[in-house]
Amino acid sequence: MSDPITQPSTEAPPVARRRTTPSILPLSLEGVCFDARGKRLIHDLTFTLDAGPRTIILGPNGAGKSLTLRLCHGLLTPVGGHVAWEGAAPGADPLKHQAMVFQRPVLLRRTVAQNIDYALKLHDVARRDRPALIEDVLNRTGLARFAKSPARHLSGGEQQKLALARAWATKPEVLFLDEPTASLDPAATHAVENIIQTMHGEGTRIVMTTHDLAQARRLADEIMFLHKGHLMEKTPADEFFDAPRSGEAAAFLKGELRW
Amino acid sequence: MNDISAAFVTALHLLVTFDQNLVEIVGLSLRVSLSAVALAVVIGLPVGAALALFKFPGRNGLIVFLNALMGLPPVVVGLVVYLLLSRAGPLGVLGLLFTPTAMIIAQAILVTPIVAALTRQVVADLWVEYSEQMRSMGAGPLSAIPALLYDARFTLVTAVLAGFGRASAEVGAVMIVGGNIDHVTRTMTTAIALEVSKGDLALALGLGIVLIGISLAINAATYTVKQRAEAAWA
Repeated sequence: MSDPITQPSTEAPPVARRRTTPSILPLSLEGVCFDARGKRLIHDLTFTLDAGPRTIILGPNGAGKSLTLRLCHGLLTPVGGHVAWEGAAPGADPLKHQAMVFQRPVLLRRTVAQNIDYALKLHDVARRDRPALIEDVLNRTGLARFAKSPARHLSGGEQQKLALARAWATKPEVLFLDEPTASLDPAATHAVENIIQTMHGEGTRIVMTTHDLAQARRLADEIMFLHKGHLMEKTPADEFFDAPRSGEAAAFLKGELRW
Repeated sequence: MNDISAAFVTALHLLVTFDQNLVEIVGLSLRVSLSAVALAVVIGLPVGAALALFKFPGRNGLIVFLNALMGLPPVVVGLVVYLLLSRAGPLGVLGLLFTPTAMIIAQAILVTPIVAALTRQVVADLWVEYSEQMRSMGAGPLSAIPALLYDARFTLVTAVLAGFGRASAEVGAVMIVGGNIDHVTRTMTTAIALEVSKGDLALALGLGIVLIGISLAINAATYTVKQRAEAAWA
């Protein structure tokens, strides 16, 4: 892996391009319910996500934010209702156009570069095309100097950046992030947010959970507020922070939500 | 007491002079046990991983059965393989009875359940941590198996070692299917059994020392490699 400082790239970076493939969006959920151990955790979730805005899913602990992401991404199967990628071509696998970054990144016990290589292999990227993509995302996430380091030796913030780089390399149309900065320090949080913003700028649809209100204000175009497994509102961010529609959201913003 | 110390001195002499007979027995033992372990690894790793990842009817029963097979009595395995390979048996035409190949088959049957059962446990534990990430990246259980086995490599070394320990130490199965024929199927364990019953303690002691030495050396080498590799990767 070459050093980005000594070898400035003159070509357009392979990942830096707006999406041109047909969209799998909109994503629509209709009457989606989810139970665990006989208890209903998600109630009648109905909404549509179109291309464009950054959606932040807000809510107190136990509101069902992570479950909602997993239901959207297909990691969980709803017990009722359905989840549909309406733009997906018949027979195509919508999962190939999505990625998810978890609160605690799961990195393989290999080098940083090999972690990305593995994701690209799963996305059927030809072996000869992978090194350029890997180098590009490592440069853009500031991880190039760690390319040959064991991934699990990175710091928490660097591991999360690698998880983002791994997702980025596969050029997802939709990126789900489950509290990606919950266990990071402010500097790492800032770096992760920058990467998210850049990916958004390049056309990746961002859907992210957080319970950090300041972060939601920084990143959100649109807020989905969940409370006890119910979607209370789906509101443009400015409007949400000025005048939330639901009483629960108002209480949450004031820090007085009882749960 | 004098007999024993005399036997010990003779044993050391056999070792130091690389006694032809002793070297031959050690060589055959290693060949049989290592081949059996290699076979067990080829079969046991994927089977264990598949049992960890795939859900199907009867899976729990199969896991209990596999775990029970870890304690298979060697003489029973020897007897079954003997019946299969004997002239009158279904595989008698192969003419394998009383050959090293028969011994490799018997030991592989003993070792495979150990490798498979331990692999299943290791991979199942790893899958708890990995499954969401792997599925998110589009890896189903089948395509995840090689990656999981690779990531579990340091722990799996212990499973393979356990298998080798079982193979190199067992005497019942190789005795029955090999027959302990001098220069053909005589291994360290069968030779020790025979020499002790004949009263020739020197060769038995010498072989015993080699057997323990090999076991110690392999375990020490593996432990060192595992420690270093784990420090570098985990």
